[in-house]
Amino acid sequence: MYSPTILIEAMINGLLTGAIYALIALGLTLVYGVLHIINFAHGAILASAMFAVWGLNVLAGIDPYLSILVVTPIFFGLGYGVQRLVIGPAAKGDDGNILLITLGISIFIENALLAGFGSDTRSISSDFSFSVIEAGPFLISSPRLVGFAGSLVVTALLWFIMSRTDAGKAIRAVAKEKLGASLMGIDVGHVYALTFGLGCAALAVAAGLLMPTFYVNPRVGGAFVNIAFTIVVLGGMGSIPGAMIGGLLIGLVESLSGLLLGESLGQIGIFVIFILVLLLKPTGLFGAKA
Amino acid sequence: MRINGYIPIILVTAALAVVPLVSSSNTLFNFMVMSLIITLAAQGWNILGGVAGQTSFGHALFFGVGCYTAAMLQFHFGVNAWVAFFLALLAGAAAGFILGFLSFRAGLRGSYFALITLAFAELMRILANASEWTGGAAGLLLKLDPGLANMQFESRASFLWLALAFVFVGLVISRAIAGSRFGAHLVAVRENEDAARALGVDVLSVKLKAISLSGAMTAAAGVLYVQNFLYIDANIGFGVWISVEALLAPLVGGRGLVLGPLIGTFTLHGLGELTKSFAGRIPGIDLMVFAVVLIGVVAFASGGVLGLLRRFAPRLARRIAV
Repeated sequence: MYSPTILIEAMINGLLTGAIYALIALGLTLVYGVLHIINFAHGAILASAMFAVWGLNVLAGIDPYLSILVVTPIFFGLGYGVQRLVIGPAAKGDDGNILLITLGISIFIENALLAGFGSDTRSISSDFSFSVIEAGPFLISSPRLVGFAGSLVVTALLWFIMSRTDAGKAIRAVAKEKLGASLMGIDVGHVYALTFGLGCAALAVAAGLLMPTFYVNPRVGGAFVNIAFTIVVLGGMGSIPGAMIGGLLIGLVESLSGLLLGESLGQIGIFVIFILVLLLKPTGLFGAKA
Repeated sequence: MRINGYIPIILVTAALAVVPLVSSSNTLFNFMVMSLIITLAAQGWNILGGVAGQTSFGHALFFGVGCYTAAMLQFHFGVNAWVAFFLALLAGAAAGFILGFLSFRAGLRGSYFALITLAFAELMRILANASEWTGGAAGLLLKLDPGLANMQFESRASFLWLALAFVFVGLVISRAIAGSRFGAHLVAVRENEDAARALGVDVLSVKLKAISLSGAMTAAAGVLYVQNFLYIDANIGFGVWISVEALLAPLVGGRGLVLGPLIGTFTLHGLGELTKSFAGRIPGIDLMVFAVVLIGVVAFASGGVLGLLRRFAPRLARRIAV
């Protein structure tokens, strides 16, 4: 069997990756909690954010971590615009329509990236990508540690926005009771767009944290979005702490099943959890009701 | 059974059947064969997603089950292609029944149902990609041995007629459902599940029948794919592309309507080819057009092409009974 050192190291790595998964799931769960829609374009938006980070690095030599400061506001704006100008008007309030429109947006973005950049896989590598920290007998990758810390900071920030600011209060009001909120003078369309923008901003941060260790190609979003769906379903749709804990859990499962079953079968653990949670407890660990 | 409801189906099929008699372009034949395979997969989707209103994002599951059942039976056991075809239909129906039994009994609807279909398709993709039985990532290559008994044809025209015959059967089944009590139950479930149940419709049983039939039809499309290309791998059989194609076509053609999948597929792929001929062979450009059409249809024309026909040429629409 495996020595405890290898197992523990795999678990640490799993948790570190899981934090970034959680960050990706955070945007998805936020949008679900408020708009009650599953955003199928989530993965494609992540892929375009990763391309943006990669592009800034290649063209302008900007460090991926620094580029978060540039990319995040841009993606917040893009998300706001897409919800306000495309999803909102086109869906006419029907959930089934929103599902199909976000699917359409996803196909569009993915293939626009394919048309623009080709299907090549690209990455940013610097000395930092491969640097490790020694903690006792374990080797921990520094960029993953930064990713972990970054994810925690963003989660805390998002939690602060949601619970301590007026905008957050408006978002929570709309999530609870749309009609009531609009009668109180809250602009529901604006709040929807704001939420969607926040979701995209979270993805932009995730992209910046991912790029030092990960690669990007037009289809990269698919790999993440399946994981993000699982996390959101596991943690309970719409729950922020659920997304965080679900993310860490899934990171752990992925890392361990990858170690035990091998690279190609490793992802099975995630889908089995996904299917079991959907079938047995669709409200997830922290969800209120389906 | 009103016979004149079938006239448009016969006319459309006849029109497509004469194409090989007036043209000899292999490019055109290949385009049509591929479109007909997708049409058949989309007809399967349309029974569940269109008529019964259960949006699936994972019809690749059934397509792949059809592909691999046919391919593996022939590859490993030397089973006759037609026998393999019928077993693949059964496997598709069984996959539909199992998926339906699990998810409908758990009460999954809407987005949740869409997610679980997607998850099953992805699970199968990973398994097919890793197992030795399915040829792993390299896939399975079938032996070239043309002949009617092997469901392989030397001439493209013959295969086109075979695919068209399959689509014709699909159209007849869809039409028969539309005029039947079962069809009325499906529509009732789509429009309001609780009301349907209150009126005495056995909702679970109706949904299970729909998903089994849907699975068998889409599996048939998978068999056609394998017999045409004599090759299958996990990213083709269980790939997201066919889930998307099977869903797009009925939406664009006319969701829940008999001719919807056929019209949708030819509209989309016609537009795709047109775009490619204008914009050059930029990868992904045709799918960008599909995406814009999808969003446009959802936003402005929820009835698809046939819905537009109804709105702007109601007399013609009534005549062809859409």
